[in-house]
Amino acid sequence: MPGFVTKDRVPGRLVPQTDHWTHLALAATDLALLDADIRPAELPEYEMAVVTASSSGGVEFGQREIERLWANGPRHVGAYQSIAWFYAATTGQISIRHGMRGPCGVVVAEQAGGLEAFAQARRVLDDGARIVVSGGTDAPFSPYGLTCQLSNGRLSRIDDPDRAYRPFDGEAAGYVPGEGGAIVIVETPASAAERGVPGYGEIAGYAATFDPPPWTGQPSALRAAIQGALRDAELDPSEVDAVFADAAGDPDLDAAEAAAICAVFGAYAVPVTAPKTMTGRLYAGGAPLDLVDALLSIRDAVLPPTIGVRTLSPDCRIDLVRDRRRQLPVRTALIIARGYGGFNAALVVRACQVPTKRSS
Amino acid sequence: MSERTLTELRELMIASAGVGEDELRLGGDILDTPFTDLDLDSLAVLEIASRVERDWGVSVSDAVANGFKTPRMVLDFVNNRTAVR
Repeated sequence: MPGFVTKDRVPGRLVPQTDHWTHLALAATDLALLDADIRPAELPEYEMAVVTASSSGGVEFGQREIERLWANGPRHVGAYQSIAWFYAATTGQISIRHGMRGPCGVVVAEQAGGLEAFAQARRVLDDGARIVVSGGTDAPFSPYGLTCQLSNGRLSRIDDPDRAYRPFDGEAAGYVPGEGGAIVIVETPASAAERGVPGYGEIAGYAATFDPPPWTGQPSALRAAIQGALRDAELDPSEVDAVFADAAGDPDLDAAEAAAICAVFGAYAVPVTAPKTMTGRLYAGGAPLDLVDALLSIRDAVLPPTIGVRTLSPDCRIDLVRDRRRQLPVRTALIIARGYGGFNAALVVRACQVPTKRSS
Repeated sequence: MSERTLTELRELMIASAGVGEDELRLGGDILDTPFTDLDLDSLAVLEIASRVERDWGVSVSDAVANGFKTPRMVLDFVNNRTAVR
């Protein structure tokens, strides 16, 4: 990640003990806590929870240690490998660093996990937590990490950056992976109001489904996830102002997603965008960043664009926000995320319903 | 072979934890200061033991490593082993 200087963002001791994906999350957590005006030392430790998503785990750290193992033998593998690779490492290190001893967990569901984390955060709030550090990051770019991704057959083989990742395009040929993500503070509206802090928006609804096995020939269950999220939010499709698409960049998957969106909202009926065309697909970090984009769209009344698409595929009958941002009021947005292996997740965010002391 | 000193062990501890001496508070006479008081947890001690083996060529079993509570215990173990050779 250009411009990210680890030693300026992560406590010195944690740098050699954790993977880059954890570095990114620790840095983002510091910024999120600052932005939310939360000083963890002033809150009850068991009422602060941490739920993040991870997809790759610590593959940069693991690469280094595998190379040491290969070149020098088992005695040269560092002790911290035992904790740095593990999917839950980010959640654990955030919990330890900030003394957050409430319910902690990690969700691993490839790209869908980034939405599942927020669903789990909501459950944790229902169970009595006051704040939840949630979201996700990924740093999947070591040779071994990339090799793991190649097995899904969906990575773009096109070298030209302008043509490599073009979801919903007639010439879509795979996706480009990216590094990063987002960390978000989730709390109850009552808690935010009590603290006098304006929220960016509310999690209004969520649903997840799992696809039938590919060999059955049955259709994807993505549509049911979208409908479930709307039902959970008690919203009519006509009340949704924008859709942040999963945007796989694969012709079949794009067509399936467009079909699900059309089935729920109608053809060309709702603006659809995929700002991840500007970052690459971030795996567990992708949907949290989409959620942040959606919340900022609500705040700023502007949708970020999908870049790189030249000719919309005739199979994708959607109103894709292309090339330039689109200004329009957004009160409610749907975020879609699919994880390799059959995971579908959909989450609805909307402008805050409960007035806070400072208006957002 | 000459005896290993606290200065050498300190360097090894800093390399294990990956941070500057100031942050680790490893200055002064820490021979009998428990690792826990130096903010070095059990995993950090395991890493130190692993580096003793790798960099100093003295083999340390897990059981022995788990018994290291202070820098002096590490130095005593290493120097006794070296003397026996």
